[in-house]
Amino acid sequence: MKSRTGSTGSAGSAGSAGSAGSARSWGRAGQYLALLGYLVFLAFPFLWLISTAFKPARELGSLHPTWIPRRPTLDNFRQAFDEQPLLRAGFNSLVAALSAALIAVVVATPMAYVMARRRGRLATAATGWVVVSQAFPFVLLIIPLFLVLKSLHLINSVAGLVMVYVVWSLPFALWMLVGYVRAVPLELEEAAAVDGAGRLRTLVSVTAPLLAPGIVATGLFAFITAWNEFFFALVLLKTPEKQTLPVVLTHFLGAEGAADLGPLAAAAFLATLPSLAVFAVIQRRITSGMLAGAVKS
Amino acid sequence: MRARLLILAGAMLALLLATLTGCSDSGSGGGKVRLRFQSLAWQKESVAATKELVKEWNATHPEIQVQYVQGSWDTVHDQLLTAFEGGEAPDVIHDASDDLADFAYGGYLADLRPLLPAALKEDIPARSWETATFGKGVFGVPFLQEPRVLIANTKILASSRVRIPTPEQPWTWEEFRQVAKRLSGKGRYGIAWPLREPVSITLNLGLSTGGQLFHRAADGKVRVAFGEGDAAVPSVVHDQVNVDGSAARTTLGMGGSDTLPGFFGGRYAMAALGFSYRQQIVQQAPKGFEWTVLPAPAGSGGLAQGVSPQTLSVAEDSPHKKEAAEFIGFLLQPRNMVRLAQGDWMLPTGTTALKDPALHTARYGWATGAALAGALRSAPAQSVRGYPEWKDKVATPALQEYYSGAIDLGQLRKRLAKDGNLVLARYQR
Repeated sequence: MKSRTGSTGSAGSAGSAGSAGSARSWGRAGQYLALLGYLVFLAFPFLWLISTAFKPARELGSLHPTWIPRRPTLDNFRQAFDEQPLLRAGFNSLVAALSAALIAVVVATPMAYVMARRRGRLATAATGWVVVSQAFPFVLLIIPLFLVLKSLHLINSVAGLVMVYVVWSLPFALWMLVGYVRAVPLELEEAAAVDGAGRLRTLVSVTAPLLAPGIVATGLFAFITAWNEFFFALVLLKTPEKQTLPVVLTHFLGAEGAADLGPLAAAAFLATLPSLAVFAVIQRRITSGMLAGAVKS
Repeated sequence: MRARLLILAGAMLALLLATLTGCSDSGSGGGKVRLRFQSLAWQKESVAATKELVKEWNATHPEIQVQYVQGSWDTVHDQLLTAFEGGEAPDVIHDASDDLADFAYGGYLADLRPLLPAALKEDIPARSWETATFGKGVFGVPFLQEPRVLIANTKILASSRVRIPTPEQPWTWEEFRQVAKRLSGKGRYGIAWPLREPVSITLNLGLSTGGQLFHRAADGKVRVAFGEGDAAVPSVVHDQVNVDGSAARTTLGMGGSDTLPGFFGGRYAMAALGFSYRQQIVQQAPKGFEWTVLPAPAGSGGLAQGVSPQTLSVAEDSPHKKEAAEFIGFLLQPRNMVRLAQGDWMLPTGTTALKDPALHTARYGWATGAALAGALRSAPAQSVRGYPEWKDKVATPALQEYYSGAIDLGQLRKRLAKDGNLVLARYQR
């Protein structure tokens, strides 16, 4: 293999290497540009939401809106808290989402392990069922689900809602975790067995630490799914004391698309903060977990 | 470290389970009647007015306690449908008359005729009761309604020296077309038609030109027929957009709120909006912006307009129908109806409430709206089974294409009537 900067290279090859390098840097610049464009595209609605949350009502009706509010105000936040029980709804959402995420992970992890490690018709059938179950639209399920929960006296109860969220997020959580388990080399478990570790010891000391990033990512997925969920919460919770944040946010909406835009934006902005915080804390752990042990130091 | 994590996770799970267990439904009891009232009031003033009235009721009726539950206009149909199917619907239900047909025919709502107080029955005119009458029963009390009006930029109107219409002497549709042309130019449009949901506006305003669209035969079956009266209003709007250039094409895909920045910025001289949009205008208009409320144009049918009033109904499954109707009777006493109307910036249906001086002031156009109340009729389609599907699958795309100039009047007629009758036929076998 020729060295790109070696002294043996001719002037011609140096020139072609230079143009290749230049093309590469242009390519890299293009990639960054595309990435920047994508980030702007993703961030635009959120940034506009923040801008709207701090604008007074008269600015919201301006024909020439600005990114930075001309007269920033906290009135929208004040009004949102005055008019709706945001803290209570936030607490309900947090309880429902955390419970759903925790239970989903606890249930899905051993199931995923078995599905990934046991090869056979049952595992294939189970995987197929998980995929098929994703195809059902929830509007088909809601009335039967409502009747089942009613017979269990779980209507208007956060426990019932959590049960629905767990069932709802379980197939995808399983699907994710099976992939993570398969990525853990079987040889590691065999090596542990050779060293005298039992099945449980192997699972706890060898497999579980390697699965940690996958478990965290799956938990995060289950948390965010439950945190943002609207329709089940709307239908299953009857009393205002139990309503979750997405349901309470719709109280700022009127008929025919009319909306109390300022307070709605303020409340919606606050509702996104827990998800952002969870991401910010956990993202680093996912990355560091994935890289742990990758390089021998 | 790992052990500590496990203990932490276990503790969290235990805490969450404890919280969840404490969250189960407590139910009712104590010998008191407990009613759930789902309200769709959403504006600050209307929520406050409704909550105050519930509080007053609870203070004076210790044996019948009402729990206020806030719903949302956006999702009320799906939510109620599921709740009815599961037998868990609220006792007192706030909705709009055009959403009631399927619930009423489906047996989910109580017939209110034997339950309501006589004074309330007499106070609300027959034309309003029609909006909540399905078959032989009355399934809701219509209590608030809003006409479609023209909200105009006063300065532009004054500088153009056009005749200012009043409820006594409104513009004709042809005169309105000429005025809109006169108000246009230099980057300005005479009128903004927010027609993201074009069907109800078209049908409701069509009553002013003798439009009917839905015709019920002797056998009770309904057919769509698109006659001259039905075509008059759509033709004016179509020509304003595509021939005169006096209506902004961009507003065809907008909701009412979306047109307000352009209206405040002088891009549109007038906007065709519901009467309650005045609240948003008061809240958002720049300082010094002057505006006025004008009646919608009149045709052979005068100022007639279709409306789908807000309603209060009682769930058929409610074990306390009598008490629920008593509560509705209290909520809709004339003075209370006025408070609700002011909170929602709408007109009350009750004749006594409508006479209240607070609803006849020139300020914010209340007097103009109140003068139109007598011309409001039941929206043409609301008792027709299959209307929601006809609206979504046939009428909405057809009207949107017609208004934007993609199809002509003949094609619109064919789509609304021929395709529409196929849809309705499925519901009338």
